[in-house]
Amino acid sequence: MSLTVNLPGLSLKNPIMPASGCFGFGKEYSQFYDLNQLGAIIVKAATGEARYGNPTPRVAETSSGMLNAIGLQNPGVEKIITDELPFLRQYHTPIIANIAGSTVEEYVKVAKTLNQSQDIAAIELNISCPNVKEGGVQFGTDPELAKQVTDQVKEASDYPVYVKLSPNVTNITTMAKAVVGAGADGLSMINTLTGMQINLKKRAPVIANKTGGLSGPAIKPIAIRMIYEVRQALSNVPIIGMGGIMNAEDVLEFLLAGANAVAVGTANFQNPNICPEIIAELPGILSRYGFESVEEAVGKGHIIHG
Amino acid sequence: MITKQSLEILSHIQIAEETFEVVLRSALSKELKPGQFVHIALPGHMLRRPVSIANVDPEAETFTMIFKIFGEGTRHLSKYQAGDKLDVILPCGTHYPIENLKLEHALLVGGGIGVPPLYYLGKQLKDKGVKVTSVLGFQSASQVFYEEKFQQLGDTFIATNDGSYGQKGFVTDIISELGSPFDYYFSCGPTPMLKAVTDQLADKKGYISLEERMGCGVGTCYACVVPLKADPTKNKKICKDGPVFLANEVSLA
Ligand SMILES: Cc1cc2nc3c(=O)[nH]c(=O)nc-3n(C[C@H](O)[C@H](O)[C@H](O)COP(=O)(O)OP(=O)(O)OC[C@H]3O[C@@H](n4cnc5c(N)ncnc54)[C@H](O)[C@@H]3O)c2cc1C
Ligand SMILES: Cc1cc2nc3c(=O)[nH]c(=O)nc-3n(C[C@H](O)[C@H](O)[C@H](O)COP(=O)(O)O)c2cc1C
Ligand code: FES
Repeated sequence: MSLTVNLPGLSLKNPIMPASGCFGFGKEYSQFYDLNQLGAIIVKAATGEARYGNPTPRVAETSSGMLNAIGLQNPGVEKIITDELPFLRQYHTPIIANIAGSTVEEYVKVAKTLNQSQDIAAIELNISCPNVKEGGVQFGTDPELAKQVTDQVKEASDYPVYVKLSPNVTNITTMAKAVVGAGADGLSMINTLTGMQINLKKRAPVIANKTGGLSGPAIKPIAIRMIYEVRQALSNVPIIGMGGIMNAEDVLEFLLAGANAVAVGTANFQNPNICPEIIAELPGILSRYGFESVEEAVGKGHIIHG
Repeated sequence: MITKQSLEILSHIQIAEETFEVVLRSALSKELKPGQFVHIALPGHMLRRPVSIANVDPEAETFTMIFKIFGEGTRHLSKYQAGDKLDVILPCGTHYPIENLKLEHALLVGGGIGVPPLYYLGKQLKDKGVKVTSVLGFQSASQVFYEEKFQQLGDTFIATNDGSYGQKGFVTDIISELGSPFDYYFSCGPTPMLKAVTDQLADKKGYISLEERMGCGVGTCYACVVPLKADPTKNKKICKDGPVFLANEVSLA
């Protein structure tokens, strides 16, 4: 049974990695298990300068999921390079830096600054951010903006760039084609879906930011559908799949839809040991469904019966 | 060392209206400090529920928590029974740093579900030979708990919002009457109460314990932050840098 996966810039011992924003910079969960077990680690978003984030409450529980509006709180890319990433050097686990910004210039600055770091293996470009210069339109919902930011970050960065798609669009394949056309080395999908919860007693949204991003098992069918559609449209693009993964069966479902590797987000909050538990279960699940390796299962869920 | 454990419930009893006391067995009990909390998973709920440590029996390797039914999760927790197992992350957060404090007389100020952590704190203070005075606020008589236990630690005053037990009014009313013969105060309760108490005792040294909706409970997700008083463009995580803070360190909304 082989769990290894090879993707641009990433040689993974298994396809499981914690998702950005759900694992900090690794320190806390390193108290629970040896991070060497992980395929890779995607760390919290980096922006050009430190960000405070949104007011609280920043999270709410929903049926089979949660809403979050953290607001990209982070110490800024320079502090991340000097104060956070060096801790992860002790592990032989590739690190993927997640980058965010309010303007194309900010993304480019973050990408360039990250060239100074030897501690990362790839970049995940989070385009689910509002573009302040374009009236707050999310980069990830406008194919032209998405193309532009991908193109510029690709040019600025020495590292492979995985563009993280927003699911808040009517046609995911249009977005996927736009960023792949602009040079993306791979895709990461999906980010959270915009949602809201209203407190009955207070007659007001629970989250201070009013809206938040929905994650967890509630969004898994949407993630599976979107990965399936993108895999149909782009048969070779590397895809890191995510959205509601809770166990090894879910991982296999993502592989069958067309993901090459997967990220686990919200599930870490419920079970801090979830990633190593899934890694331990995965070989048994793969062989139960007739696969001898992870790579063999990728995209094998597209049979049409009848 | 923080860890996730499956813990046996040794007892689960109702001690006041919609208020339950739960005793759990864990070899980690003797390492738990007053002010710290545990983060509890409940089947069918995506997020864990934070609950404070209310008491510890180091010899028996058990600890106690006290919770009130607030919403669905705590209602679910109220249905558990002795013998059931509970999935718990512990120990979480910082503690009241009494080992570093020189004090002779401590004032404990608790409101509602903020009362439990003060009991374990009061016990440790008393063991150190510190005089303990407690002022506890509840909504009404039916919600009062642990009065006798606090009385064993020292003078104890109860306020209820509706006057159905103790003195009618707020903990701050009682504090005004007591004056301030103490060197430190320690407070836990709803944010409006903490705000009133910290304003009232602004010239006193004190520690407060805060609540906020949490995601991870261990410091990775930035869900649970509170702005700093000295620089409101910076914040701290309640789950990891707190829940205990110096009274003048953080900005209460
Ligand atoms: C550090 C800390 C210690 C606590 N100690 C105690 C204790 O000893 N005894 C006790 O009865 N309660 C305590 N609480 C409050 C307790 O966590 C909430 O009452 C509980 O989470 C409510 O969950 P629910 O499902 O019943 O309510 P719901 O309203 O259905 O919960 C929905 C979501 O909001 C969160 N939430 C709601 N109210 C609070 C709150 N006040 N604080 C944090 N999260 C909240 C829930 O965790 C859940 O994620 C503590 C909170 C914190 C942060
Ligand atoms: C609390 C929280 C914070 C997140 N922060 C980020 C982030 O900084 N950058 C990013 O690209 N995605 C972020 N995400 C999205 C996740 O990485 C992931 O794409 C999404 O949650 C779906 O996966 P899940 O259902 O397994 O959580 C965050 C998600 C959560 C729940
Ligand atoms: S709850 Fe995640 S950082 Fe505090």
